[in-house]
Amino acid sequence: MASDMQTNISGQEAPHSSAPLGEIILETKDLTKHYGGVHALEGANFTLRKGEHVAIMGDNGAGKSTFVRQITGVEERTRGEIIFDGKPVHFAGPLEARNAGIETVFQTLALADQLDVPDNLFLGREIIKWKLGPFSILDYKAMRQRTLDALEKTGVKIPNIRGSIERMSGGQRQCVAIARTATFHSKLTIMDEPTAALGVQETAQVENIIRTLKEAGEPLILVSHNMRQVMDLVDRIVVFRRGRICADLKKEETNGEDVVAYITGAKTQAGYEDAA
Amino acid sequence: MADQTSHGIGGLTFDKSKRSWPNEFNVFLALILIILLFEALGQILPYMNNQSMLFDFNDARDGTILNMARIKIIILQVSIIGIISLGVTQVIISGGIDLSSGPLVGAAAMIVMSFAQTELVNGNPNPKAVFGAWSFDLPVLVPLIVGLVFGAMIGAINGFFIAFARIPPFIATLGMFLVCRGISQWWTKGQPVSFPTEGYAWIGTGMMPVVWFIGLAILLHLIMRYTVYGKHTYAIGSNEEAARMSGINVRRHKVMVYMIASMLAAFAAIVLSSKNLTAQAGMGQFYELYAIAMAVIGGVSLTGGRGSIIGTVLGAMVFGVIQSGFTYIKLDAFYQLMAMGAIIIGAVVLDQYRQRRAAART
Ligand SMILES: Nc1ncnc2c1ncn2[C@@H]1O[C@H](COP(=O)(O)OP(=O)(O)OP(=O)(O)O)[C@@H](O)[C@H]1O
Ligand SMILES: [Mg+2]
Repeated sequence: MASDMQTNISGQEAPHSSAPLGEIILETKDLTKHYGGVHALEGANFTLRKGEHVAIMGDNGAGKSTFVRQITGVEERTRGEIIFDGKPVHFAGPLEARNAGIETVFQTLALADQLDVPDNLFLGREIIKWKLGPFSILDYKAMRQRTLDALEKTGVKIPNIRGSIERMSGGQRQCVAIARTATFHSKLTIMDEPTAALGVQETAQVENIIRTLKEAGEPLILVSHNMRQVMDLVDRIVVFRRGRICADLKKEETNGEDVVAYITGAKTQAGYEDAA
Repeated sequence: MADQTSHGIGGLTFDKSKRSWPNEFNVFLALILIILLFEALGQILPYMNNQSMLFDFNDARDGTILNMARIKIIILQVSIIGIISLGVTQVIISGGIDLSSGPLVGAAAMIVMSFAQTELVNGNPNPKAVFGAWSFDLPVLVPLIVGLVFGAMIGAINGFFIAFARIPPFIATLGMFLVCRGISQWWTKGQPVSFPTEGYAWIGTGMMPVVWFIGLAILLHLIMRYTVYGKHTYAIGSNEEAARMSGINVRRHKVMVYMIASMLAAFAAIVLSSKNLTAQAGMGQFYELYAIAMAVIGGVSLTGGRGSIIGTVLGAMVFGVIQSGFTYIKLDAFYQLMAMGAIIIGAVVLDQYRQRRAAART
């Protein structure tokens, strides 16, 4: 009996999505990050359910990337709690976050300039021919083939994937970073401004990748400044302002103008008054 | 579907025949040019009597048109520092530097030699004995292991301070430079350690240093090119933050890099002391600088992420040819040092120039 009720409630809680949303995959409580005197992130309470796609918006310096860096273990949080997949987590580094199932496209892209495309795609999780601990032998051929397959999905044009990344255009680099997350299955994908440097076609391709994730039921956090993209792709928009969450808006119940008002501070949602 | 032979995607043209030369090729060209330059000097300088440096057409002597004796000496004299430069190469590729290798050679030679002594020299007790009777005529494996463990320890300490205490590699290894020089002088209070066992003497006999150098160069080349370790070393030197974000355990990796470098330096000490049949506290002077110079001449970039073992081996050859060439044109030793300094600075200037040109292309 009790379990039936549970299902009903969670179904009712997600009227804005066609597919019923699952249980909570990620929750942060009072997540806070101070850099010395800079309060970059302050008391962020955030939830994400399985299958849900959420956008994070906000002005430059609002704390969006800082939020991403705390979740992915890149930095050590000042205080607060992160619950991922039902358990409180304390990732000591990005590797642990990734092993737990979080794939991230960082705003800085995190590419090694002097390496080529396959090297970057598989950095930290190389395909191995013979296992010999740290001296395991790399399987270059398999990595090249899988790189070509992965890049095909993004629609990017790269004349020679064996050239070093430093010679590539901003968009090409970005596609490499996106292909890196799209290649590996995950419990949660985070993209920090994935289309910022992309052309029209490549942006469309990346948006298609995001739609594929949605169909596959993989949850996503998308940091973006692109209102059209956000309105097209996500179920919910969370607005950051000066390090605090100031609004949590279901897409059906808002519009571009409304979101801009929250971003600029013209409006503050009930329940988030301390962000004003 | 992308086919297996294409390396591009999206239909942009890529003309494989127009690929730029690998940098190693430039180093090879430089090597040829420098040889030609010395040959030309041999013809031009009046006191040289038209001698050739590397050629000897009187083939009655060794059956070749080359002056094999001099070529052997050139290769032999770069081999030992060359072994150090292999380790230094991977340190520099990872974005670091190791200044402690020269004094480490001195300290490791003193310590290792103490475990490699014979009991009797021409029927008399070993006059240079460091320890008591237990230390005489040990199997050659003992000094080898002692040396490699000592090197690993020094490297681990370097790596620990650099990776965990975040001390700049320059400072950490400069400190170790002094510590190791201190150890080598303290060990026997300045007395040389001599008279090794036959087994130990074999390690550095004849052309054996060259064999070790080539063997280790091939091993290091394979490691840097084809293993996860090599890939991560390049990644860390290229963009440490990205390497960390990609999940590489950067600190642990750095410790390994410095450990391998110091173990190679310790092995160089073994080969050197075996070759000389003695260890002296002052051994290895300037070796750290020469090893760095070989790598830099070979195109290893001091900013990290760029370079190769093949480049360093060629750099070592360039180094050897220059050093031998100076002797061949009878340049005085102090001029040789000054010229060497100028060449090292020149190599770094060239590296900076290459970096800027690469940056301008992006
Ligand atoms: N390592 C750091 N040290 C000090 N301050 C920092 C550091 N990283 C970020 N900040 C500050 O924290 C604030 C939030 O930065 P963050 O990168 O999260 O912004 P953002 O919302 O991602 O902006 P953008 O849209 O420009 O990417 C900024 O004021 C920034 O200057
Ligand atoms: Mg940002």
